[in-house]
Amino acid sequence: MIRIDGVTKRYPDGTVAVDRLSLDIPDGAITVFVGPSGCGKTTTLRMINRMVEPSEGRILIDGEDSRRQPVNTLRRSMGYVIQNAGLFQHRTIVDNIATVPRLLGWSKEKARSRARELMERVGLDGSLAKRYPYQLSGGQQQRVGVARALAADPPVLLMDEPFSAVDPVVRKGLQDELLRIQAELGKTIVFVTHDIDEAVKLGTMVAVMRTGGRLAQYAPPAELLSDPADAFVEDFLGADRGIRRLSFFPSAELELLTGPVAAAGTGRTAARDTGDAPYLLVTDADGRPLGWAEPGLPTDGPVDPGRLLPCGRPFVAGQDSLRAALDCAVLSPTGWAVAVDGSGRVAGVVSQQAIGEAIRAAHAGGRSDGADTGASAKVAG
Amino acid sequence: MNGLFDLPSDLQHSYLGLVGLHLREALIPVLAGLLLALPVAQLCVRLRWLYPPVLGVTTVLYAIPSLAFFVVLIDYTGQTETTVMIPLAVYSLVVFVPAIVDGVRSVPQETLDAATAMGLGPVRRYLQVQLPIAAPAIIAGLRVATVSSISLVSVGMLIGNQGALGNLLYDGMSYGRPRLVWLSVIGTAVLATVVDALLVLLRRILTPWMPRGARRPSAGNRPEPAVTAGKGAAR
Amino acid sequence: MNVLHFVGAFFGDSAHWHGYDGIPTRLLEHLRYSLIALGVAAAVGLPAGLLTGHTGRGGNVLAFIATAARALPSFGLLVLMFILFGFGLVPVMIPLVVLAVPPILVTTYEAMRSVDPSPVDAARGMGMSEARILFQVELPVALPVVLGGLRTAAVQIVSTATIAAYVSLGGLGRYIMDGLYQHDYEKVVGGATLVAALALVTLALFWAAGRLTVSPGVRRRG
Repeated sequence: MIRIDGVTKRYPDGTVAVDRLSLDIPDGAITVFVGPSGCGKTTTLRMINRMVEPSEGRILIDGEDSRRQPVNTLRRSMGYVIQNAGLFQHRTIVDNIATVPRLLGWSKEKARSRARELMERVGLDGSLAKRYPYQLSGGQQQRVGVARALAADPPVLLMDEPFSAVDPVVRKGLQDELLRIQAELGKTIVFVTHDIDEAVKLGTMVAVMRTGGRLAQYAPPAELLSDPADAFVEDFLGADRGIRRLSFFPSAELELLTGPVAAAGTGRTAARDTGDAPYLLVTDADGRPLGWAEPGLPTDGPVDPGRLLPCGRPFVAGQDSLRAALDCAVLSPTGWAVAVDGSGRVAGVVSQQAIGEAIRAAHAGGRSDGADTGASAKVAG
Repeated sequence: MNGLFDLPSDLQHSYLGLVGLHLREALIPVLAGLLLALPVAQLCVRLRWLYPPVLGVTTVLYAIPSLAFFVVLIDYTGQTETTVMIPLAVYSLVVFVPAIVDGVRSVPQETLDAATAMGLGPVRRYLQVQLPIAAPAIIAGLRVATVSSISLVSVGMLIGNQGALGNLLYDGMSYGRPRLVWLSVIGTAVLATVVDALLVLLRRILTPWMPRGARRPSAGNRPEPAVTAGKGAAR
Repeated sequence: MNVLHFVGAFFGDSAHWHGYDGIPTRLLEHLRYSLIALGVAAAVGLPAGLLTGHTGRGGNVLAFIATAARALPSFGLLVLMFILFGFGLVPVMIPLVVLAVPPILVTTYEAMRSVDPSPVDAARGMGMSEARILFQVELPVALPVVLGGLRTAAVQIVSTATIAAYVSLGGLGRYIMDGLYQHDYEKVVGGATLVAALALVTLALFWAAGRLTVSPGVRRRG
């Protein structure tokens, strides 16, 4: 565990970058520092590997003051990833990744084979090994940066806005990749970003910092969204934090109706045979959704898909969150969301109203659960 | 003949007279070099393929020792100031061409596009956008060329006392008067420093948009300072 | 009466190929002066430039020294040193070194300063020592420009070493100086041609050194 204990960073000109910060960074989890520029988040990160020395207070790593060991030994035990990857343009990809193992005295062959192994782990094709950084895209370079940080298998990974210089699509891919790698490796990751969405998506714990280097709130993301500590945090989270919080509630509790679902050619008609639902969801023979049939549309014989209302993108029952379910319902022309199973077959349909009830129930449950929600309760999507 | 600045009569000039002569012999070639370099550089910017061969030719010209240059020219222009000034103009040209080309090329494409979009024709674009933005690079070249030129004039002493302050060197050596040598060396160095300082001042006045003391932007893409880097004195 | 005619006559005369005033002797003398001067200038300029460039401190002092050194006239300095020290190699070396240090110093400093700071930050974060950062991260990237500074200095030294002849030393300047006094244009043109050729060989050597030592990952801009 990394314990930040009453740490202040004051520069000679008097500016205070970090002000009496104390918090514990748990092992094997992603802790995200987030805040506006000038809030001291990067300074805090850089104090962990002593790129910046604290003016006051101390940082304990597994109970030991970080100043007790030689600074370069400390740094070699922590992977470090920065915004533009900071690759060495004069070295090939494989040699970039092998840097820290070589510093630690590994043989060239061992370091290189380790580097190739890591390339695969971060999703880089082995054919890129002998390339130079300029021959790679920004997203690929960032993967190399992550691989390089992981090369010596350090227990700690420090990431300073690693994904903020790539475009949103690539960024999403890198974030998913990081979560996947983290699920395999279970590193202690300290991640700095100014993007609250990234913080909520990646963080097991999120530390929101405000200008002047003070900690505004330190909590799991779900708690952050449900109970912002003050107006600053609430403002920083943005207007739709209620919606975003739904990402943390699973859709498993939703009661799915199978009544208003029928395969094409069965002859059932909406509004007459579907109970509550005014529309009938028509599927193909495999059970995949085709579209909604309006009341009175006969569905015996082959159905003309052009006469059906589109059902949009469905959510995966049990796997996606309530946010995904609500999104489907809001986007659906009928106000009903379509749930599918893992293989894309219809599992049932659910109304906006039913989702709303589930949300109310989840909120009530979420409050009583208190702080142990967070990543354990986080659901994909 | 006892004053610090008193000179032997065979020099035919007072000290200040020599300083004036020195400045004239050094600065006229620099101006000539600049005027010649502008069209050559513009041609190199327009026709990209022309630049490498032009650079090659200028590098060879620059490698010719000034004394050899002077001596070869005596046949055509005699032991005159002109003989000294022609090589100096050529050396200045060699410094200016890459300085101007790199300076003009360093103007960002977006800036040029913006100028075009606002309806500036090629001539206006050159005079109002490219040249001003290239000004710091051109003045950097001007500094190098001027200081080098002031230093090189002294060598003209060897071809019939056409070296202005450099002529003191010969008298100092043959009459055994170190004072004269000191007067020559210190005088030339002070002259070079003062002119250099004036050029720095000129750049400040001409480019108020440059952040003070800032390094040139986008250093990563800067072309190699081929011959521009730190041009020296005599050869 | 054109220059090429003189070049042909000079190199065609077998007397120019032998003895203490022969081309091989003069060429070796010239090479010796140039290499010593370049060596001393590099020994002064490179460490100073690398260190100030790496730390980012002392840039102003360095610029001041370079400007002052540049203002000193080589030929005048040669005569002055000759008067002070008498006949010998030292009076020739001082102006050559003073001539060569500014380009090496300034270019090395600028090259180091222009290295992208993020790999340096990454290297420090990985626990590289400052010496390793300088030699393994910054220098490989700065190398093409550093070599450019050395190349400029070398060409200037080769060209300027001709002045050694004025204070009765050898080198290719002998031909030019003697030719001037004897009104022997053949000698002047021949000497100048040899100097220019030596300068071109110097350029070629630096080009080859660049090909050998600069990583393809850095060279791409070409």
